Amino acid sequence: MSENLKCAAKEIRKLTINCISSIGAGHIGGSMSIVDVLTALYCSEMNIDPQDPKKEGRDRLVVSKGHAGPAVYATLAYKGYFDKDELMTLNRYGTNLPSHCDMNKTIGVDMTTGSLGQGISCAVGMALASKIKQDNATIYCIIGDGESQEGQVWEAAMFASHKKLDNLILFLDKNNLQLDGYTKDVADCGNDALKWIANGFEVYSINGNDPYLCKETIKKAKVSNGKPHMIILNTVKGSGVKYFEDAKENSHSMPINEEIRVKSIAELDGE
Amino acid sequence: MEFRKILCSVLDKLMEQDERICVLDADLSKPNGTAKLYEKYPKRTFNAGIAEANMIGVAAGLKAYGMIPVVVTFTPFATRRVYDQIAVSVAYAKLPIIIIGTDPGITAELNGGTHMSFEDVALMRAIPTMKIYDAVDPRQLESALPKLIYSEQPVYIRMPRKERPDVFDEGYIFEEKADIVKEGTDASIIATGTMVYEAMEAAKQLELENINVEVISVNMIKPLDEKTILDSVKKTNKVVVCENNNLIGGLYEAICRLLIENHPVKVEGIGVKDQFGQVGKYSDLLKAYNMTPKDIVEAIKKQ
Repeated sequence: MSENLKCAAKEIRKLTINCISSIGAGHIGGSMSIVDVLTALYCSEMNIDPQDPKKEGRDRLVVSKGHAGPAVYATLAYKGYFDKDELMTLNRYGTNLPSHCDMNKTIGVDMTTGSLGQGISCAVGMALASKIKQDNATIYCIIGDGESQEGQVWEAAMFASHKKLDNLILFLDKNNLQLDGYTKDVADCGNDALKWIANGFEVYSINGNDPYLCKETIKKAKVSNGKPHMIILNTVKGSGVKYFEDAKENSHSMPINEEIRVKSIAELDGE
Repeated sequence: MEFRKILCSVLDKLMEQDERICVLDADLSKPNGTAKLYEKYPKRTFNAGIAEANMIGVAAGLKAYGMIPVVVTFTPFATRRVYDQIAVSVAYAKLPIIIIGTDPGITAELNGGTHMSFEDVALMRAIPTMKIYDAVDPRQLESALPKLIYSEQPVYIRMPRKERPDVFDEGYIFEEKADIVKEGTDASIIATGTMVYEAMEAAKQLELENINVEVISVNMIKPLDEKTILDSVKKTNKVVVCENNNLIGGLYEAICRLLIENHPVKVEGIGVKDQFGQVGKYSDLLKAYNMTPKDIVEAIKKQ
């Protein structure tokens, strides 16, 4: 029976808020914006087994925008990779849940990321390896729109297309904001869709904060047509809670005290 | 025999035996001698194009999937150009790959200053878990590569592309430790890479003057074979370190640190002294940076 993705996304948002508020501050904006695609992936589209996190031939996800770690941890805990209580250890000394994703610390994390631009290349390497091993896995990777300012992203795009990696599905979390402000003001990336098309990708552009739309589009992208796939997720930084959305770029990393936590959870529950 | 011919033939043998091994280049497969592998192993050879950062990330991704990636490019592009990728996607992520930097130091010869990396050893030494092997001659490379490729830590291999004189005899077997190439009692010359040959030339000249030096080829700049080095220095109490890169952050400083902690003696350094590279033949550049056997002889006499 298929899971209610909206309910799952709401729960994962609540876990993300609880996770970050446990240490008082963190990368809430970019975490909340990708919750819906994480929900579609982990609750519907990915071939994974939380009881066997290293299963041969599983699908993999590289969260190249590694600062969205808290949303990934919340999703993994929601799926039962580890206990939800562990989310309260975020960034505490000795934790398995550091700010940025770490494959050697967190069960279920497929790649260590955080230095922007690097994860996409690693995902491309995994997609290549999957082709060599013929294990029919799909490799997913989420990059940020700010991250797309890194030259390495475009090196990886060119190579993925050249190698016809149609087992690679990329997501661009286009929330239009980065740490210092609007991406268009900091260093305008131009027309993302045209750039990815020009790089040989099959491109979709959707409302990335609708988990059902994410799911349907991922299904469409799982085709062997000789082209890697890019799903542009038009999202809102801090999506789901007005306080975070209104903070704009300041939600990149911001304090979440107990009062804000309680109000945010109530807002989500009141939907 | 050229180093690059050995590189290609050893990789060919290894790839035949082990389907996990794959090779990545960045538009230098022809000068680096790996081009021939592309025909035989089309599924396990990847030319990343002139995009080294992506090449390192792709290699890390391949490693995460159980492959054994070997990346090959000129030393500056194998190190300083991709430093953060190696630090994070490879070393920090515990995805050990083999990084082969060709034409280290002055062996870059006519490619000159832009392609002549004197800082690569310092950079790679500073990355935790990174091993550094500096090839002395093609014979040693032939024995070293099949061992290093199965290392559980990332390995940076420095090797010239073309011919250099042999130092080791036929049948030499590489181990991840230093070799005493010549025994002696009057001083220790501790050398790495192509400077081992120059050190041996210096030792021959010194022998004519009845100065009997010990020559140690460190082979692995990191981790250092501390015991072999300390045993020698405790015997001779005189040390000259020879390396084909900047002394800053290189073998010289590694030996100084080892000796300060264990057996403090004065140490002379032969190598590049905080300078940039330039075009020139190997022999011209040895002179330009005061790295000739004659310079080594003088350094010993100063001790």
